[in-house]
Amino acid sequence: MKMMTAIIKPFKLDDVREALQQIGILGMTVEEVKGYGRQKGHTELYRGAEYLVEFQPKVKIQIGVADDQLDAAIEAVCNAASTGKIGDGKIFVTALEQSIRIRTGETGEEAL
Amino acid sequence: MVLLKTLQKNAWPFAALLLVSGGARADTLNGADTAWVLTATALVLFMTIPGLSLFYAGLVRVKNVLSVLMQCFALTCLMSVLWFVAGYTIAFGSEGVEQGPFIGDFGNIFFASISVDSMMGTIPASLFAVFQMTFAIITPALIVGAFAERMRFSAMLVFCSIWLLVVYSPVCHWVWGGGWLGDMGLQDFAGGTVVHITAAVAALVAALVMGPRRGFGTVPMPPHNLTITVAGAGMLWVGWFGFNAGSALGANNTAAMAMLVTHLSAACGALAWMTMEWVRHGKPSVLGIVTGMVAGLGTITPASGSVGPAAAIVIGLSAGVVCYFATNLLKNALKVDDSLDVFPVHGVGGILGTLLAGIFCSTQLGIFSGNGFSEGISSIGGQLFVQATGVAATFAYTAVMTFIILKLVDMMIGLRIGADEENEGLDLALHDERGYNL
Repeated sequence: MKMMTAIIKPFKLDDVREALQQIGILGMTVEEVKGYGRQKGHTELYRGAEYLVEFQPKVKIQIGVADDQLDAAIEAVCNAASTGKIGDGKIFVTALEQSIRIRTGETGEEAL
Repeated sequence: MVLLKTLQKNAWPFAALLLVSGGARADTLNGADTAWVLTATALVLFMTIPGLSLFYAGLVRVKNVLSVLMQCFALTCLMSVLWFVAGYTIAFGSEGVEQGPFIGDFGNIFFASISVDSMMGTIPASLFAVFQMTFAIITPALIVGAFAERMRFSAMLVFCSIWLLVVYSPVCHWVWGGGWLGDMGLQDFAGGTVVHITAAVAALVAALVMGPRRGFGTVPMPPHNLTITVAGAGMLWVGWFGFNAGSALGANNTAAMAMLVTHLSAACGALAWMTMEWVRHGKPSVLGIVTGMVAGLGTITPASGSVGPAAAIVIGLSAGVVCYFATNLLKNALKVDDSLDVFPVHGVGGILGTLLAGIFCSTQLGIFSGNGFSEGISSIGGQLFVQATGVAATFAYTAVMTFIILKLVDMMIGLRIGADEENEGLDLALHDERGYNL
């Protein structure tokens, strides 16, 4: 099992959710986050006071995926979240030791 | 007829005349005049709560939103009572008493000589007193923008109380209450000197005496909710009709023309500021267009009873451009933390408008002509000299007295809240409340 963490542009969330649903991934956890990388920030101007806002709003999605679903999931997120411009985001993949469905007590890939 | 014409041309000196010469007053109630000034009074109160309150509240950070609303609201209550107790009589004195050049007589403490039947021209004296009360409310409330986000609430109440009696009321007397500036022929129809210059100079002095907010210039302090700022700005625009057209003290030609020039100046101020930002920054901003509107309104205020519509366009456009540069200069070059830009908008606008009134009141300017010079003045130069005297005297007196009052309150109570409280925000530190529990 793998834990997939995708950081994407906020307005791409629905596209990504739909793409994952189509390949059979039915659960995910979403957070609103801020960050910056190559995109840097932007400036805001209020009556002559100029502020550099360094952090950009992003959405962070966490998905537990079965090993054989990983490549399809990565492809789905990449296709759905891409605009081709700087700031499209990143995907991190880490090992996932265990997962448990609290209601039934199922474990492992059964519980994803 | 000559008297009536005088009333329509310039209601304030006439109102002052009524005060000093009780025998010449026209004490028959006019229903239309009374109805309009009743309405205008409500409109001017509406400018402070909720207009100005929301305008300011949106501009501060989220942790201070309630503190600004609270300051405006508490000032509305406290200034009303103080105006009743002593402010009104310092400004306008009592009927039938010869008024001195600097302050009114004390016969109207607790509105002592105002009864239900008392008249002021064609409206009840009680109505004139409460109409003027709404001006005495908004003027200290304007200063709130300068010391926002860092002033102790108790110190703010004490400062504004003394300030109303020591600065606002006397200056009001000089110009409108039969004092020396009114006698000189100063044309200040609705409060360029009395309201905007006094409030804005006090704001500048307060910003300098109190020092900047912690982190000013290094930490971003963007407005937390421009939506309510724009809503408040719209209310100010509407309320300003009561402020300027109401100052005619009657339902007449002067009131109608004042409303027209006020509206045109607001529109042109807004467009001018928007254009300045568009050209210099690349994008027209929402905060820019509403700030330009306030600049246009503040600038036309002293001139609103003296000028015609074409002049109002010039006044509005120049307000947008001049106040835009003044704001940038004060904030970025001089590094003064007048937090919500009271001085560059109201002060610079008030000075500009008071001076321009001296030019555009001339009847010799073709389409740009106004309603004429004050009695005994025959040239633009002569009128401008009086206007400049009014500006300089108001500026100097306000600056000195405000400085003294602030130092006094600082010794008595302390002006600023502690560093921890400032970081935490005034809402929690001073009021144990949050603006938004989302």
